[in-house]
Amino acid sequence: MRALAGTIALARLALRRDRIRLLAWILLASGIVAGTASSIRALYTTLAERQQYAATVGANPASAVLGGPGFGLPNLGGIVVAEMGSTLLSVVALAGMLLVVRYTRTEEQTGRAELLGSAATGRQARLAAALLAVGGAELVIGIATSAILIGYGLPVAGSVAFGLALTGAGWVFAGVAAVAAQTVENARAAGGSAAAVFGIAFTLRAVGDASGAAHAGSNLSNLAWLSPIGWVMEVRAYGGERWWVLGMLLAAAVALAAAAAALSTRRDVGAGLVAARPGRPEAGRALASAWALAWRLQRGGLIGWTVGTAVGAGVFGAIAHDIQSIAGANAGASRVFAELGGPGRLVDSYLAWVLGLAGVAAAAFEVGAVLRLRSEESGLRAEQVLATAVTRWRWAASHLATAGLGMLSVLLVSGLAVGLVHGLRGGDVSHELPRILAGALVQVPAALVLAGLAMALFGVVPRLSGTAWPAVVAALVIGQLGGLLRLNRWLMDISPFTQVPRVPGHEVTAAPLVWLTAVATLLVAAGLIRFRRRDIA
Amino acid sequence: MSYAIEASGLVKRFGRTTALAGIDLAVPAGEVHGFLGPNGAGKTTTIRILLGLLRADAGSVSLLGGDPWRDVTALHRRLAYVPGDVSLWPTLSGGETIDLLGRLRGGLDRRRRAELLDRFELDPRKKGRTYSKGNRQKVALIAALASNVDLLVLDEPTSGLDPLMEEVFQQCIVEARQEGRTVLLASHILAEVEKLADQLCIIREGRIVETGTLSDLRLLSRTTVQADLAQPSNGLARLPGVHDVVVSGSRVTCHVETDRLAPVLRYLADHGVRSLVSQPPSLEQLFLRHYRAGALAATAGGSR
Repeated sequence: MRALAGTIALARLALRRDRIRLLAWILLASGIVAGTASSIRALYTTLAERQQYAATVGANPASAVLGGPGFGLPNLGGIVVAEMGSTLLSVVALAGMLLVVRYTRTEEQTGRAELLGSAATGRQARLAAALLAVGGAELVIGIATSAILIGYGLPVAGSVAFGLALTGAGWVFAGVAAVAAQTVENARAAGGSAAAVFGIAFTLRAVGDASGAAHAGSNLSNLAWLSPIGWVMEVRAYGGERWWVLGMLLAAAVALAAAAAALSTRRDVGAGLVAARPGRPEAGRALASAWALAWRLQRGGLIGWTVGTAVGAGVFGAIAHDIQSIAGANAGASRVFAELGGPGRLVDSYLAWVLGLAGVAAAAFEVGAVLRLRSEESGLRAEQVLATAVTRWRWAASHLATAGLGMLSVLLVSGLAVGLVHGLRGGDVSHELPRILAGALVQVPAALVLAGLAMALFGVVPRLSGTAWPAVVAALVIGQLGGLLRLNRWLMDISPFTQVPRVPGHEVTAAPLVWLTAVATLLVAAGLIRFRRRDIA
Repeated sequence: MSYAIEASGLVKRFGRTTALAGIDLAVPAGEVHGFLGPNGAGKTTTIRILLGLLRADAGSVSLLGGDPWRDVTALHRRLAYVPGDVSLWPTLSGGETIDLLGRLRGGLDRRRRAELLDRFELDPRKKGRTYSKGNRQKVALIAALASNVDLLVLDEPTSGLDPLMEEVFQQCIVEARQEGRTVLLASHILAEVEKLADQLCIIREGRIVETGTLSDLRLLSRTTVQADLAQPSNGLARLPGVHDVVVSGSRVTCHVETDRLAPVLRYLADHGVRSLVSQPPSLEQLFLRHYRAGALAATAGGSR
């Protein structure tokens, strides 16, 4: 037991230090549950509508990728699980992985662990405390989910089963992260390898469920059993619960925790089982300018965002062909898409909505990339570059250009992915691809406005640069929920994305694109001019 | 004489606090100039103005004959800067960072780079995030010393280096001086400045309180004299410029204003000196003299 001495104290420290962060994760998960449950209950009021959903979505390989096997259909609970399952699982898994890495590897990396390690804490205390704190948070999320679902009038057994399965998944991925944190030397690599395991688990389930939906009894559908995310679905909440599957999740979590504990005794504090890969002893010939440095610092994020957004958009795009049969018969669902993507043919509204989401994702990348200027400045790396023959203008421009390039790449590749997938399914690539690409590219000026805002903040009030993020979130919320919440016109118009023409389905009008670009240019210019004159902090 | 750095009347305010209250600084080309003061005295602020990172509220600066705010590219090709707290890009290796900084300045001496890596015992393949504080400092130092520049601006460059590496650093500065480079060496480590600097200045609360060569500064202060005399005498205290005379038996100790030393030695010789220790004021004493005086004035002001 000496190995665990101090566990409770460390867990309490984690809860105390991160009470806001933990609460935010719990609220995020609860918000998704409540939002989905309430809107699904309002949309699918009759049995006929629910059977229509089951017939189209349940038997559709493309929607099975996100929605899962649909065991609970056509019950209302089954629809709720299919609609929010993937998102909620991602949130729960992400919370588990990020927090465990934060409490273990990050602590070691910053040296805080050594400070506490020298006090009276046992060898396994840090790991145990991390799993205790995170496991507790996941349990709260599971209980909250069950309670909310019961509160919306869904059957008690299914609600409890789904909530517990969610907690189990959170525990499994907390365990995955614990093992990763023991294996590699730095926190980013630990988080990255845990996320890769999540990606593989998700893909196994998605492929399994998609082939199951395409061809009942397909051998490939057994792939889902290799994935803990598949097990969550196999609990079959609202579809004749199979409680013993919960035991599999619990057993996996316990086994992973034990493995992490065993690994931790085989290494030194600060070291990993796998040694960090050394870098180059000399710089490549290209690394010789501010542009090269900006590209080097941003390229990983740029490629990641481009691929991630394109895959996501492609998955949504794959369903576009069936959207008429999925949602066309449901007046409520059709109205939702008309609100989100503009009136017109349902498939066009749907595509415009998907491309609008890609636009916000592209803007999020660009804002983050522009704000790299601020983190370089406050991290004292900028002053080293600015003390060389690099002018302020050139330094700022190098990051702005990389940010803009990344935003374009996200939108172009997403547009290509949606256009190709949707075009191939309908057998008309030459017609679909150009109009979908146009729909992606009209988002560019709107994304530029948000990036311009970030640049202006950086130049004028650098300390408040981070407030560009709430603006991105506001654009997302206004775009996704504004119409449904009946926000007033003035509030809607604040978001640059509501100004963009809804393409495909509507004409591309130049006026909004021109003035959005003008606003963005003014903001960037203001930021640049002010930055050239202000003190470097 | 040509000056590498000339600043006069530099004032910098941050909100209500005045960081610099009129700094005058003149660094002759080809010399090592010590810039002494404790943390928070204004050393880093002055350097950041010299580098064009901050804009002075008043005063004028000339750096290598140019204006650091306007002629950024031309001037920065000719200087290298090592900050007091070096922060590296986590994903770039030390070797990549050295090359990048050198190239951004306008050139790196490959041979000297290899030699410095060797002397500072730095592994250039490690990623920036894995270096300790001392090793991060070495990365910036090697990048600066291997660059083909006229002026080195070093802000507490040895913080985090172990004594052996400090020795290597001092040797490197001596060599840089022999090559005709100018060095501005900000530090609060007096022994380092004492060893390396041709001239130095002491900064206190945003003002230069003392400037000159070390021997100039010593003239302004008192030498400690200890002697063992055959004929004990109380006459020493009557000589001009002699203070704090303590006689115990045959031993006598006193502080002498350095430019009044000759009559004192003559007096001691006349009284049968058997042993004599004469200690010039250390830089530490010079330094403390200013800081003590400041502290006393502050106390007096506070109790009013």
